[in-house]
Amino acid sequence: MSTVIDELGAKLKGYEGRAAAVAGTGKDPVNEPMIRHWCEAMGDTNPAYAGPDAVAPPTMLQAWTMGGLSGHAGRTGAYDELFDLLDEAGCTSVVATDCEQEYLRPLRPGDEVTFDAVIESVSDRKTTKLGTGYFVTTRMDVRVGQDLVGTHRFRILKYAPAHRKPKASGARRPRPVVNRDNAGFWEGVERHQLLIQRCTNCGTLRHPWLPGCNTCGGPDWDTVEASGDGTVYSYVVMHHPPFPAFTQSDHAADAAGPYAVGLIELAEGVRIVSNVVGVPYDKVRVGLPVRLEFRRYDDDEDDPLVLPVFRVQEGREGGVG
Amino acid sequence: MSAGGAAMRSGGTAMRVGEELPPLEIEITRTLIVAGAIASRDYQDVHHDAELARLKGSPDIFMNILTTNGLVGRYITDHFGPRAVLRKVAIRLGAPNYPGDTMVLTGRVEETDGDTATVRVLGTNGIGRHVTGTVTVTVPREVG
Repeated sequence: MSTVIDELGAKLKGYEGRAAAVAGTGKDPVNEPMIRHWCEAMGDTNPAYAGPDAVAPPTMLQAWTMGGLSGHAGRTGAYDELFDLLDEAGCTSVVATDCEQEYLRPLRPGDEVTFDAVIESVSDRKTTKLGTGYFVTTRMDVRVGQDLVGTHRFRILKYAPAHRKPKASGARRPRPVVNRDNAGFWEGVERHQLLIQRCTNCGTLRHPWLPGCNTCGGPDWDTVEASGDGTVYSYVVMHHPPFPAFTQSDHAADAAGPYAVGLIELAEGVRIVSNVVGVPYDKVRVGLPVRLEFRRYDDDEDDPLVLPVFRVQEGREGGVG
Repeated sequence: MSAGGAAMRSGGTAMRVGEELPPLEIEITRTLIVAGAIASRDYQDVHHDAELARLKGSPDIFMNILTTNGLVGRYITDHFGPRAVLRKVAIRLGAPNYPGDTMVLTGRVEETDGDTATVRVLGTNGIGRHVTGTVTVTVPREVG
């Protein structure tokens, strides 16, 4: 049993029962234009909400109490403090989860609304799909003059957003499929070594990694570390479909644009498919000298990726202009 | 009087326990989300600014609770007619309403008491259950 004491949670509980708003007043009296705008937005054509005997849609109750862009009047220090504590703890986001309203009499144009609210409860710390935080429930009494016209219980989750793995959707670079035949290659990459397989029977180098030698069929092998020098043997430029994960890290292209896929011939003679970096996709040319480097992709903090890429050697870009 | 748990509504049809309301399909457009947020005076950025919504961990803007509340109210009064008076609306939100989705509201009369009915409302969208709610509505009989 874990007995983690949630100090923040205990502090937040201290706000239960305290006033959230005292003698708040609606910014506008109940009025026909706001009713009409509401009905337009909701697609509500109920004739009860128009004409000389119009009432406001009951579900507008909370709207009459909203602070709008200029903020809330009548909010208490306690409510602000509670929110500040949550903000400081990283619970900066808000989402409403529950709304329970009771309507005691209809509101009509001209009614001037006042309201009082109390912080009814603060939950224990909860982890949801959105993130971890606290549910805060307030109960509001809405009055016109002395008459209670409605009650409004409102629950929000104030939370620290869960870390979304891909920073932008689709921008996570696909991970290699590692199996027993190629595991040694990827282990090398992690140590920033580009390992070429060598048949111990006939000495032929091979890439990509395979269980046996294509030349003599020998199953035994060792590895040679590539020197890192190479040239662009061939390339293609991918225009479609756009693939943000492959363009983002290469050059100035923020948007998913075309990218070049290079076939690099290593100094040792084998070829490898990789990215050519240091030049825009349309400046890649056959024969460009390139140099191996290892690039780390932090597009997923739980699963960092290191890949061998090839940088065009200084002053050797092709296709000037 | 509501013999057999049935009450009359203005059109003369009974509100009967078990009665299913015809479903209402609502296209969740960006315009609806923003118009609903502004009509309800809710300027939280997650209801109108997609970029800021993403920074807060949401894939896009999403409908605010006041709009959902308004749509649930409309669903009930559309069905029971202009004489219907909402007494209580209690809703809980689940899967958010994002632009491009469609929400289908369904309802079922759970209880009647005289001219008052309790209706269970569900709103389902492409990713799950957006809203579950209970609405208490009174439909006074026409006088004369």
